[in-house]
Amino acid sequence: MKTFLPPKFVIKRDEDRCIQCQVCVNQCTFDVHSYDIDDDAIRSREENCVGCHRCAIFCPTNALTISKNPMDYRDNQNWGAELVEDITKQAETGGMLLTGMGNDKSHRVYWDHLVLNASQVTNPSIDPLREPMELVTYIGRKADRVEIDPKTGELITELPPQIKLEVPVMFSAMSYGAVSLNVQESLARAATEIGTLWNTGEGGLHSSLYKYGKNTIVQVASGRFGVHSQYLNAGQIVEIKIGQGAKPGIGGHLPGEKVSLDVSLTRMIPQGTDALSPAPQHDIYSIEDLKQLVHALKEATNYTKPISVKIAAVHNSAAIASGMVRAGADMIVLDGLRGATGAAPKIIRDNVGIPIEMALASVDTRLRQEGIRNQASLVIAGGIRNSGDVAKAIALGADAVYIGTAALIALGCHVCQQCHTGKCSWGITTSDLALTRRINPEIGARRLANLLRGWSLEIKDILGGMGINALESMRGNRLHLRGIGLNQTELDILGVRMVGD
Amino acid sequence: MKDITRINNTYQDDKVIDACSIFGMMDTSGNTFSGEDIIKAIANMRMRGNGLGGGLAIYGLYPNYADHYAFHIMYLSPEGQQETEEYIRQKFDLVHTEIVPTRPAVGIVNPPAVWRYFLNVGHQKPEDQTEDDYVVDRVMEINTTLKDTFVFSGGKNMGVFKGVGYPEEIADYFCLEQYKGYLWTAHGRFPTNSRGWWGGAHPFSLLDWTVVHNGEISSYGTNRRYLEQFGYQCSMQTDTEVIAYAVDLLIRKHNLPVELAVRVLAAPFWDDIDRMPPGERKLMTTLRQVYGSLLLNGPFTIIIAHEGEMIGLTDRIRLRPLTVGAKGTMLYLSSEESAIRLISPDLDNTWIPTGGEPIIGRLGEPLKVPPVAIVA
Amino acid sequence: MAIKVKDGSVVKIDTTGMEYKELNARLRDIASAGTKKVELQNVCGQRYIGTDLNTEIDIDVYGTPGNDLGAFMDGPRINVYGNAQDGCGNTMNNGEIIIHGHAGDITGLSARGGKIFIRDDAGYRAAIHMKEYEEKKPSLVIGGTAQDFLGEYMAGGILIVLGLTLPEGQGHRAKYIGTGMHGGVIYLRGSVEGYQLGREVGTAEPEEEDYLVLRQLIGQYAGHFGLDTEKIMQGKFTKLFPRWLRPYGRLYAY
Repeated sequence: MKTFLPPKFVIKRDEDRCIQCQVCVNQCTFDVHSYDIDDDAIRSREENCVGCHRCAIFCPTNALTISKNPMDYRDNQNWGAELVEDITKQAETGGMLLTGMGNDKSHRVYWDHLVLNASQVTNPSIDPLREPMELVTYIGRKADRVEIDPKTGELITELPPQIKLEVPVMFSAMSYGAVSLNVQESLARAATEIGTLWNTGEGGLHSSLYKYGKNTIVQVASGRFGVHSQYLNAGQIVEIKIGQGAKPGIGGHLPGEKVSLDVSLTRMIPQGTDALSPAPQHDIYSIEDLKQLVHALKEATNYTKPISVKIAAVHNSAAIASGMVRAGADMIVLDGLRGATGAAPKIIRDNVGIPIEMALASVDTRLRQEGIRNQASLVIAGGIRNSGDVAKAIALGADAVYIGTAALIALGCHVCQQCHTGKCSWGITTSDLALTRRINPEIGARRLANLLRGWSLEIKDILGGMGINALESMRGNRLHLRGIGLNQTELDILGVRMVGD
Repeated sequence: MKDITRINNTYQDDKVIDACSIFGMMDTSGNTFSGEDIIKAIANMRMRGNGLGGGLAIYGLYPNYADHYAFHIMYLSPEGQQETEEYIRQKFDLVHTEIVPTRPAVGIVNPPAVWRYFLNVGHQKPEDQTEDDYVVDRVMEINTTLKDTFVFSGGKNMGVFKGVGYPEEIADYFCLEQYKGYLWTAHGRFPTNSRGWWGGAHPFSLLDWTVVHNGEISSYGTNRRYLEQFGYQCSMQTDTEVIAYAVDLLIRKHNLPVELAVRVLAAPFWDDIDRMPPGERKLMTTLRQVYGSLLLNGPFTIIIAHEGEMIGLTDRIRLRPLTVGAKGTMLYLSSEESAIRLISPDLDNTWIPTGGEPIIGRLGEPLKVPPVAIVA
Repeated sequence: MAIKVKDGSVVKIDTTGMEYKELNARLRDIASAGTKKVELQNVCGQRYIGTDLNTEIDIDVYGTPGNDLGAFMDGPRINVYGNAQDGCGNTMNNGEIIIHGHAGDITGLSARGGKIFIRDDAGYRAAIHMKEYEEKKPSLVIGGTAQDFLGEYMAGGILIVLGLTLPEGQGHRAKYIGTGMHGGVIYLRGSVEGYQLGREVGTAEPEEEDYLVLRQLIGQYAGHFGLDTEKIMQGKFTKLFPRWLRPYGRLYAY
């Protein structure tokens, strides 16, 4: 069928600069560039271009410029280009629109409507370069009080397992299969260097990565891929994945083409078969079932590891979170509307769930109202873009955050949203061995560790400016936040006051 | 006082900010002494305040009523007094009441009437509640629901005298040179954002605990939200209030020894904890993990007192000053050494404690005085 | 009240009950009248003594002077027969402060010149951000030990800590010594562990020229307090120096 879709991008090649070296031909994974041997010229099929910039970045003479196709539709407030093209695609295929990465719509980003505080005069700001500045965070269930034997002065209280983070930023779940082994190794090595955790996602743990166990969260999701006793005990935390911000209520589907030999070994399914993750976990149809699974995992790991439960942020997150804590979760994860994915139906990604800021604020408030906030660590994911977002999340009440997209960008991702195609030109979301080599785990780990180093320096600067030298004194400290451009209901839910108030 | 916040925090700021001078003195042998010296000492640090708040706490104050809760209550109107006295008669057995004697003093304008009541908790108390908890609830109730009334203090054998003025003026107004106690603390206040209110001055008190405080708690929001989970209503919106509640929670409700409670308020750094021997390391780690939200962050020096005990503490990087003096059985704590020297020139020793290191004076216990560190 | 007694060229002032403003006004008058020596008796907490004086006058202080002793001072010599409070020698430009006792926090904060001798211990953040420029080079000698953040982001000058008050077999307890240091030099007598040092400082054995500096300043210190220079010199010294002129070179991304 003839496609009625115009190219998304136009490619300008400066012929004076182009030396016909064919780097672009070799780098492009979407069959855009080709070498015409007869004319000794490079041709481009613009309709295939996804705007990933791989060719432009690697072009040794900077001969390539990628621009949005300037072709305009007639102005129409109802029918924008995206809608027209989506309908066109569906008319030509009869399928659900599939996409990658997170929600790219213009829903309000509340981080950008919150500002932080600093000390002036009445208390001194603290210089983080010269004075101690503590970002250490312990993940795990805390006791209501510490008990000391009055006779001996000895500590009676034994806390459940606590996992130490040097920086309150962890790497979000990205499964082997969705991302390559080299990506996972990069994450694992960076987490080890910085003193934080990476998350296996639901695709099991490749045998070569077991050695990073001290910095690993292993995930148990509806597909239960590669879940066995050794796996459960390999990491520091076991995370039950109920949902994901990019696709609340939706399962997953790793196409057979991506199930390579190694993926098959790790997921423990035959090579080339589709790996299906059901929408629900079929042993969890209700809250008491969650409790059953939480405790099954506690038994399976002999109570040596905190059990995390991750949900997509949805309308009644506060009540659900309260139930999760009461079900025994030692860490709860909220994944917001802007959380990303390797593949999700576009209509779900763009329309289901709530912004993480609101979910975080209401969950933290509710858990405090019920006096159970200390019983679980609260971690958020989905939409953390920089250290300012991290600081604001902590001040709203989070213990730590997950980053996914930001980590992938550190590795080279240009957010072209083609993860679901398996053709990632940056070698990130692919299992094509020719492409996965594009990530060198050593360099990848360096880039990720650099990012977290930069962020932790910035968080320390923010804390020092507030006159605080331990992160725990900013946690839930909403007095250090003010809202800007928000209505009263929004301010009330966030529990912050208006700027100037 | 129906709406304390509106009075104490006129502009509804996040919290009331103030800077200060503080002084404490205690005879650990239990001998009582008059207020003459502490008034001189706190007056010597007049520069640190601005006359918008001053106050003193005295322990061993009412030996004749030592077993009764002594309520110091201020009234802004006769109706308030009437309403409160009815309430008190309903909720307590009243042993004795009188107006707190005053005299005209320089700097004191529009003083409220201050009365004292010696009370027993009787049959009115629910069986499953301790007397102390019952008293705390009643004080909170008076402060938040009754008209024009505020309880300065409500502990046994102690009392708080405070108001708007320099501390020496407040002392003069309440004739404090005529009282005797074995432990006195004093506070001169420099609030930056309230016009001064008698109830807002320090010492801040809960039962027989009092706190005087110099500095600002940058972790106030965190501390407050944590304490609210345990039912403390931070009605005054001052950072000093959260200190008092934190102490009450840790020591009275959770039974932590003072020595550990102060390690919550001024926690050792993780690096220091990591160098501790295993037992201590585990204890400190657990304390920080559980009570991280009670770490007082930001500059502070506090003197906490209750029956038989006075504790001086600074923040862990010592952003506010504290000097200790010792002479025989006398322990002095002060923002500045000169104030101690003024009343006790020949100290056995004077020293500056490390940040986060508590200085504790206890009745009947010898003072822990470090050897005099001089070169010559 | 204040009594002024003429005793040779020495002016004595009983400062009992005197406000700092009056005290300093008197000092200003006395200094401008060419008096070479003043004795302040019964000092108790008066602040800013010697501030704004820029002549070579000797000021002997008996008692406990208040905060900011000799702040911004430019020339006088102050002897304190007692302890100093916080901020002694704050941003001092020139002159000498000699404390026959201990000193409080931020002693020598941002000092730009002159000399400060503390017989015993000093509090937090001694010599913080002390700096030097061309011939202006401040020195601070602490006879005892000091508390945390000693020499914090020191940018110049000489800081000597002699450890003479340390009990036998014990080292200094200060942590974060020289944190952020990027100029000047610290000499420590007495032991210190690696974890007590800021990451910006390096350690070395003092060399011959270091000992020349030490001998000169310790000689002056010993002279002020009637101590034996040789005995002090016999101790083991460690030299702390800034590892980098720009300790925060890898801090920023552009």
